Amino acid sequence: MSGTSLVTARERALAVLGGEPDDATLGRYLHGFAGVDAVGLEQRAAGLGTRSIKTSSKKRALDLIISLIDLTTLEGADTPGKVRSLVAKAVNPDPSDATTPRVAAVCVYGDLVPYAIEALGGAHGDPDDGLISVAAVATAFPSGRSSLEIKLADTAEAVAAGADEIDMVIDRSAFLAGRYGLVFDQIAAVKEACRRPDGTSASLKVILETGELVTYDNMRRASWLSILAGGDFIKTSTGKVQPAATLPVTLLMLEVVRDWHLMTGQRIGVKPAGGIRASKDAIKYLVTVAETAGEEWLQPHLFRFGASSLLNDVLLQRQKMTTGHYSGADYVTID
Amino acid sequence: MSFLEYAPAPESRAILSLRDRYGLFIGGEFVDGRGTPFQTISPSSEERIAEIANANEADVADAVAAARRAYDRTWSRMSGRDRGKYLFRIARLVQERTRELAVAESLDNGKPIKESRDVDVPLVAAWFFYYAGWADKLDHAGLGANPRSLGVAAQVIPWNFPLLMLAWKIAPALAAGNTVVLKPAETTPLTALIFAEIIQQADLPPGVVNIITGAGDTGAALVAAEGVDKVAFTGSTAVGRAIAKQIAGSDKRATLELGGKAANIVFDDAPIDQAIEGIVNGIFFNQGHVCCAGSRLLVQENIHDEVVERLKQRLSTLRLGDPLDKNTDIGAINSKEQLERIRELSDIGVAEGADRWSVPCEIPENGFWYAPTIFTNVQTSYRIAREEIFGPVLSVLTFRTPAEAIAKANNTPYGLSAGIWTDKGSRILAVADQLRAGVIWANTFNRFDPSSPFGGYKESGYGREGGRHGLAAYLSPAPIGQAAITAGRGGAQRRLETSGTAPADLETTAKRSPRSARSATKGSKR
Repeated sequence: MSGTSLVTARERALAVLGGEPDDATLGRYLHGFAGVDAVGLEQRAAGLGTRSIKTSSKKRALDLIISLIDLTTLEGADTPGKVRSLVAKAVNPDPSDATTPRVAAVCVYGDLVPYAIEALGGAHGDPDDGLISVAAVATAFPSGRSSLEIKLADTAEAVAAGADEIDMVIDRSAFLAGRYGLVFDQIAAVKEACRRPDGTSASLKVILETGELVTYDNMRRASWLSILAGGDFIKTSTGKVQPAATLPVTLLMLEVVRDWHLMTGQRIGVKPAGGIRASKDAIKYLVTVAETAGEEWLQPHLFRFGASSLLNDVLLQRQKMTTGHYSGADYVTID
Repeated sequence: MSFLEYAPAPESRAILSLRDRYGLFIGGEFVDGRGTPFQTISPSSEERIAEIANANEADVADAVAAARRAYDRTWSRMSGRDRGKYLFRIARLVQERTRELAVAESLDNGKPIKESRDVDVPLVAAWFFYYAGWADKLDHAGLGANPRSLGVAAQVIPWNFPLLMLAWKIAPALAAGNTVVLKPAETTPLTALIFAEIIQQADLPPGVVNIITGAGDTGAALVAAEGVDKVAFTGSTAVGRAIAKQIAGSDKRATLELGGKAANIVFDDAPIDQAIEGIVNGIFFNQGHVCCAGSRLLVQENIHDEVVERLKQRLSTLRLGDPLDKNTDIGAINSKEQLERIRELSDIGVAEGADRWSVPCEIPENGFWYAPTIFTNVQTSYRIAREEIFGPVLSVLTFRTPAEAIAKANNTPYGLSAGIWTDKGSRILAVADQLRAGVIWANTFNRFDPSSPFGGYKESGYGREGGRHGLAAYLSPAPIGQAAITAGRGGAQRRLETSGTAPADLETTAKRSPRSARSATKGSKR
């Protein structure tokens, strides 16, 4: 997996901003957008949510959802055993149906990356090749309250352990205080820490923690800021703060990556995370992606679901479509 | 296979149990019409749905007489509280039969099921609920104590929102104590006739609501009929003008809700993605068959290109096709005549020098269809910028300053609605203050609520529908000196409200009314 190189990202940011990415320049840029109308945004999201995806479309959508899942466990109580169990589920989600696709990645805390990689064995790799990536949360996840040195060390350790993707959190404290330059520099530095000795780079997902940014205007500014600073993905939430991912927030972020693509030609990924548990809801996200950013975004390098319980609901729906009747929680494995 | 090729998701027609022939609904019963019956067809397939009776002058007279009897003997004497119970019951029945009504509406009108299901029918129920609440509170309608109902209301409604327009007309009329004769449009009588069944189901006293079907001559006969006290019309300005002439010099009162050519003004600080949605909703909702449609887009010149580009991109995601498919965004044009008018005016737009762009989409073989179309490079003098097209056609014009936007927006014989898109609250207030339009939406468009009055300036008509103001169209103040006196025909609502029981004198009137009044009470229990 290749991320954008830091040099290009910085050059691009300079070109877009027309100046150094300091607080003043970034502030002028990010506050130069017209506001987001909350009522209109939510209305549009609700409208997209009424699409009726049935029969053959639903079947394809369910498989697509599985292939876009970052199967996640982010608990203090996570152990090597728990991670092995999660990986087994990721590799073979439904033992009763070999046609079930694999998930895109497993997402764990940084210290558990070696166990995930070991458990994946030959299944570890790029989701484009039918393999499974390892994503690690880093940068003092979930609060982001630590010194830059510690955040960078956190990141470098996970990358060194073999993580393919880093899910970092932005410094909400700095963002809300208007210190956009600091947020930019931190993201750029973490991006640098994602670099491997061979010159390749782990993909960087930047978590905005939209539940703490509260307003749609803030969320859009944070999205632009994260992309300018070199993020490969923008991600809604840690899952530790409510509300986590919502359809309107995801729609807003998709509008940003669409506009960024129009402006620069570069495609940035979007990852809603936290709170998406039902297949029905996940399908609404697919519709929103396809009708906002475009169909080409429906692939693992441009869209992910950060979820844990979603997978089993999709499997139940999938079994229902195959067998014609609903089974139950005991017909899918707990992880 | 493309994800965006959604598999067909048609709403089932099995819920409908339509008759092959429908009569006129007069005095609580379906009776044969004496004119030559006509067929109602589905505009999306041109298939025949049912045969519809045609009311001639004698039928019209019967309907008005039935309404007069019901007014004199029952409805005007019933307490506001009991009238309210009937209206609540109708509202609940509409809710119970929502899916059936939505399917019938989409079938007969051609509008997408997602609109009939999510907009039309829920609003119909909301309108009846809202005015049900008013029925025993007429003293607070703004006309002083004891306002009088008017008598028999003749109501003629259009084909664009068949059932919703029926609700807009019937709910306030009944709440205020009037009885009605309503004529739905020739091309969309179906849901009004299903509504007649709901009236029967609700056990409304016979003759309080009469529904007669027919074409323009039936409507004209109804407006002209002796015994009509009030005319309420929604439709074209030409017909509205004819009605105003027809009833001039008589004591018939009128409310007219006519055409529009609304300006949707987008300033350069507008929330752009939401503004695009608002533009789309403003003109492509219901195939643009909306009198208050935002058919003139006034966009600030410095963002014109960006807006048009984004708009085209968004329009390309619209789905045109089977109105009963739940994913359809754009349904069929209601009739061949309307399609021809849209085509004619569009061609005129091209001839005038505007640039036409239509969504590249497949047009079904049968039925009446028009791809969503925008005209750029439109000048204020062009006919497509001045005349109501009543179809999915948007004219894009530009402005430089707020003053110019206001001047252009007001430069129309119409004045029904307008939209303002800006992030600046003070500008919304300042501009709205100077727009001469009955409804002004800020950072949204085509939103309706029963508590909000709706109506036009200038050639868009007079009178208001909806809200407290909508009641005024069906009431007159008590004669001076009598406001506090509890007596008299029409003012009887007040007297009976205090009695709390079904009035005894109802027994001397329509046969079914005592039972009706009692069951209205019963019906309000869950």
